[in-house]
Amino acid sequence: MAGTALRRRLSWQVAPVSAVVPETPSVRTITLDVPDWPGHQAGQHVDIRLTDEDGYVAERSYSIASAPGEPVAITVERLDDGEVSPYLTDELRAGDDLELRGPIGGYFVWAPPDGGPLLLLAGGSGIVPLRAILRHRQRTGSAVPARLLYSSRTLADVIYHAELDRPADGVEVIHTLTRQQPPGWTGYARRVDAGLLGEVAWPAAMMPLAYVCGPTSFVETVSQALVQSGYPPERVKTERFGATGGS
Amino acid sequence: MSPVSRGFHRRRQEPAENAGRVPPGQYVTHDFPVLSAGPTPHTRLDNWTFSIAGGGQQTKTWTWAEFRALPSQDVTVDIHCVTKWSKLDTAWQGVSVDTLLDLAGHDGPFAMAHCDGGYTTNLPVADLTGGRAWVAYGYDGRPLEPEHGGPARLLVPHLYFWKSAKWVRSLELRDTNDPGFWENYGYHMYGDPWREQRYAGD
Repeated sequence: MAGTALRRRLSWQVAPVSAVVPETPSVRTITLDVPDWPGHQAGQHVDIRLTDEDGYVAERSYSIASAPGEPVAITVERLDDGEVSPYLTDELRAGDDLELRGPIGGYFVWAPPDGGPLLLLAGGSGIVPLRAILRHRQRTGSAVPARLLYSSRTLADVIYHAELDRPADGVEVIHTLTRQQPPGWTGYARRVDAGLLGEVAWPAAMMPLAYVCGPTSFVETVSQALVQSGYPPERVKTERFGATGGS
Repeated sequence: MSPVSRGFHRRRQEPAENAGRVPPGQYVTHDFPVLSAGPTPHTRLDNWTFSIAGGGQQTKTWTWAEFRALPSQDVTVDIHCVTKWSKLDTAWQGVSVDTLLDLAGHDGPFAMAHCDGGYTTNLPVADLTGGRAWVAYGYDGRPLEPEHGGPARLLVPHLYFWKSAKWVRSLELRDTNDPGFWENYGYHMYGDPWREQRYAGD
């Protein structure tokens, strides 16, 4: 479990916003032109700091949505009672400055030498670091088989929809819509549980590597079911956010 | 001094009685978020033990029944997670680490907490003693839920909460301050929320 020691000081820096792109009605991807970026791994996150005119400061963490080598991007879901996310989704625009530091974390990451097969399990905006992993896999020409099971409330809530509709070779994308399905929907229409994982997950005998990211209830259910189906706990990496965890 | 974020306005205002209780960069939450690097372990109480090792002494081990028979304390404390949330007035029940170290007769400058699932974290023993740290098995009057670290977790509320290791099974006393799990990934070796020691170099 030992990681690459990261002893470099993480300094705050100001980065201009180069683009803000809507993903869904409540989700935006913000791309930053970070002047002094040391590079990141797929799955890491950054801290964002906002300061108001009275000097009041609010900080939050966001997963990096882009692959190593791409400009730093974060994808933010607006939480209506939040303090930071409504600013990032509704107010911030290209040309504004955003203060950040990172990259942070080093456990919930993937690189081609980590192998697979990869099982990526996303609940809602938990897709963000998994998208970085998929893009990294594609950009490095990795042939590791990958399967993404992505749970959203409705089709309109699917983040990176167009990109996920054109998966790279060796990648399967499986959606489940838990709240409402469009007419003619042939995909899954239920919450992810042991039964659904039994249909979708790689068998444990293949020694898959699983990454689970989403709300706490999703991550608890999914990771528990994987362990019960024979996945070694150390092959199941999790990242959770509570109701206010990413606000 | 940070630059002003154009168009950003404060939305959260802490009530006056909370003044001085929320460290810099933190916000108060009323639910109890869960953060763990892997699946929640479910260790059966029959198989659970707690040990104190190292320090040149024989390892001292308690079974669950023995541990629950130790004198316990009820404490109400504020907790601060490095992911920015703080939770005020959390009520815990557990055994003071002072009690455990006294019974084990162990001493040493540093401790590594070892947990089910392989998690570790390092702390100075001085921060585990003096009535500032517990091995907690009760939360809000009930047994501690597995997702929050049950059957028992370390509770060191004056440091960021990753130091309050979930599913703790032993404290190993050491002469050296070696990095634990998150500390190896660049998190701060000490983790004082009031000095915002989130990451190495802070």
